[in-house]
Amino acid sequence: MEIGLGHYLTVAAILFVTGVFGIFMNRKNIITILMSVELILLAVNINMVAFSAFLGDLVGQVFALFILTVAAAEAAIGLAILVVFFRNRGSIAVDDVNTMKG
Amino acid sequence: MLGLQAFFFYIFAFIAVGGALMVVFARNPVHSVLFLILTFVAAAGLFLLAGAEFLALILIVVYVGAVAILFLFVVMMLDLDLAQAKKGALKYAPFGLIIGLVLLAELVVAGTGSVYQPELAESTALPMQPLYEMSNIGALGSVLYTRYILFFQLAGLILFVAMVGAIVLTLRHKQGLKRQSIPAQVGRTPATAIEIRKVESGRGI
Repeated sequence: MEIGLGHYLTVAAILFVTGVFGIFMNRKNIITILMSVELILLAVNINMVAFSAFLGDLVGQVFALFILTVAAAEAAIGLAILVVFFRNRGSIAVDDVNTMKG
Repeated sequence: MLGLQAFFFYIFAFIAVGGALMVVFARNPVHSVLFLILTFVAAAGLFLLAGAEFLALILIVVYVGAVAILFLFVVMMLDLDLAQAKKGALKYAPFGLIIGLVLLAELVVAGTGSVYQPELAESTALPMQPLYEMSNIGALGSVLYTRYILFFQLAGLILFVAMVGAIVLTLRHKQGLKRQSIPAQVGRTPATAIEIRKVESGRGI
């Protein structure tokens, strides 16, 4: 059986839905939420690469590279905010993030 | 008979999906990060099968080498309350499951409702040259540095801003540390730096 575009899209869809489910399930744990976001971005990247490969168009891979860049920047900033928050409050529970009421 | 490509595709696909599920369901965040690494490696294998060699290796270098290690570092550095973090997980699971299933149904409808037209490949924005003419990394480089140079620079700018932001956020000035003060050094004059004393012989200062 030949592996087609649909196979890749199926894997990407499952990864995407898993990431979304992870965000809702681990609402108390912000690190797992960040990891779920990474999963979602990975699913998008798989979609990009799959379409790029099966349409023979290079732009998809160029765009996937930019998605990768933004994902890396987002992870770095998110974790930096997390470290600062932990330093100030001594906890990273999402429930404790309620001091900013403006 | 399962072809070699299909065989490896299914191996990588199952590892990726299983790893992603374990990221979400693992009790310990450290295990979550390790499964995230496994998922990224499997996805890199999928990229390789699709012919995107450069992106596959970049995925391993950037994600496994940098992002996942950053996650691991933060998870191990912070003193996490594991029991508290997982307490409300099951409460939100049905809600998340409903949202996930709705999303999956939408994706299936969107995926099966459209038709793949091979002749569309003739009208692509940037046709890919066959691999025996130009390697994947060569083809990517030939467009990334010419046609998409502005976006490439913009990506570098984004990374730069992220780096500066992360440093500024986490930089901490400790009290009582001796640091180099360049204005004080430059502002020294003979009048403030040297003191001339008359020393009596045999007595010292």
